[in-house]
Amino acid sequence: MKLHRRDVVKKLLEKRGSLLVVAGLGSTSWDITAAGDHPLSFPTWGAMGQAAMMGLGLALAQPKRRVLVITGDGEMLMGLGSLATIGVQKPKNLTVVVIDNERYGETGMQVTHTASGVNLAAVAKACGFKTSRVVTKNISLRDTIHRTAGPHFLQIKVVAEKLPLVLPPQDGVQLKDRFRRALLGKG
Amino acid sequence: MQPWADEVHRELKQAGVRLVGYVPDAGHKRLIELCHADKSMRSVVLTTEEEGIGLAAGAWLGGARSALLMQSSGVGNIVNVLGILKTCRFPLVIVVTMRGEAGEFNSWQVPMGEGTQAAFEIMGVSVKRASAPGEVAPLVAQALKGEQAAAILISQKIIGIKSFQDQTNQ
Repeated sequence: MKLHRRDVVKKLLEKRGSLLVVAGLGSTSWDITAAGDHPLSFPTWGAMGQAAMMGLGLALAQPKRRVLVITGDGEMLMGLGSLATIGVQKPKNLTVVVIDNERYGETGMQVTHTASGVNLAAVAKACGFKTSRVVTKNISLRDTIHRTAGPHFLQIKVVAEKLPLVLPPQDGVQLKDRFRRALLGKG
Repeated sequence: MQPWADEVHRELKQAGVRLVGYVPDAGHKRLIELCHADKSMRSVVLTTEEEGIGLAAGAWLGGARSALLMQSSGVGNIVNVLGILKTCRFPLVIVVTMRGEAGEFNSWQVPMGEGTQAAFEIMGVSVKRASAPGEVAPLVAQALKGEQAAAILISQKIIGIKSFQDQTNQ
């Protein structure tokens, strides 16, 4: 039984509480929006390769909050070096989730390196993440995301499927200001 | 000796900069050391300059002000991701030590050095050049007040590295 990305992301964001969320551009931004748009979600529409680093910046700025990055395999591959940077900084409150469909979903479903066996979880582990694993089954990840000390890395294998677009707001200033207002009480 | 670095560090501290991302450069050696030694700042060494833009954007979302240090060759690495500073209006001060200018010993540094200012400007980052040591800190201070994306380019003649030997001795 293979996992479906929208179900996986919906479950990751269930009862999210004070969780701070950054999503990589493309499908994962649509996924978090399908699960329910939220002021403490920052979906990106560009800056490919930087989702994990945005999560690191956020985790270092807000050490008392839990931070979750949800991104795709193509986006993560473009910023592979950031896994090394996170491994060095070791933020306890950061989890990076890669929703891995082994495809570039927005550009015609071309295969990514993970389809040929590149193991992102192994890279993260080698870079110094506290825990790192490939997930292929429907299991609870709540403790990892909300409680135990990280940094954590989860590579969740999902079906390659084209789904209806569920688009978040596109105005970057609005996305940034609503996040800061909800978190800090200022724009 | 890089006395301007001590002045820049003071300005960063005074402006409440809590995170400093950098890709090392010999010209930034002193400033990097000062930031690392400062307990009120977290210094983050990056594998590529692009990461500094993501780091700064995330930090600002979380309420922390950051600064980014790099050499001019790194500016070419960040062109696409600079777009996020413009579309989301993230403020960020980027301090750049120049290569490829007068006194350069490595011709491979010249093309990017010549294109550095233009690369920032095509992506909407305002650029100021410091051509004497005393100009650096005031320009950084001014940029920190501006609450926008701004780069300060530190002329190679201020850095004064002219050979591989000088670079090793930094």
